[in-house]
Amino acid sequence: MITVLFFAHLQDQVGKDKIELEAGTITVAELKLKLMNDFNFSSLDQVMFAINEEYAENDDLIKQGDTVALIPPVSGG
Amino acid sequence: MNEKLFLITKEPLNIEEITKKVVRVEAGAITTFTGTVREFTKGKRTLYLEYDAYIPMAEKKLAQIGEEISEKWPDAKTAISHRIGRLEISEIAVVIAVSTPHRKDAYEANEYAIERIKQIVPIWKKEHWEDGELWIGDQLETKSYPKGRPDKEDIQ
Repeated sequence: MITVLFFAHLQDQVGKDKIELEAGTITVAELKLKLMNDFNFSSLDQVMFAINEEYAENDDLIKQGDTVALIPPVSGG
Repeated sequence: MNEKLFLITKEPLNIEEITKKVVRVEAGAITTFTGTVREFTKGKRTLYLEYDAYIPMAEKKLAQIGEEISEKWPDAKTAISHRIGRLEISEIAVVIAVSTPHRKDAYEANEYAIERIKQIVPIWKKEHWEDGELWIGDQLETKSYPKGRPDKEDIQ
């Protein structure tokens, strides 16, 4: 099980703040493709991915039990 | 009062409490930056703001900024609190306090902190206007990432 967290406009678009996915070990790039298919995101090019609260790259591996967060461009301050 | 140096909170921020966290005998200067909710952005009137955060990661990234400051200005001590939830005009969204032995470092380190918050800390604001609302970050109201994301060196 992988937990995927959504924030800001992505949360509005998905309609919930998190989902659970049954998946084996996959890369960030693979998850990105799956989410784009599942939720019809027009683009995730501007969205960063974090695995267990650290920013991740496209080829980083996501394992069972990991929490992945989709992080749109931030606007704090 | 929350003793954490790096904090995301729904409670109103108290400048003096946050400043006190960096008071120490080695310091000869403390700079405090206060970020407030602005009514007009590019001529458009904001009614109020709503901030959301990925709280555990945001606190980690604030702590990372504190570590970066300690590397660049070895004698600095940093405390940062960011408020989330609904904020009215002129309310305080963020307070950054930095203490150093000498004033120049305190000014520089404080500015460094707010710039880094805008790059790497997962906090989002939603603008509420008379005619609508929008999560800021992916829109023209603010700077977008030139490469579509922060530079690799920015986030590590």
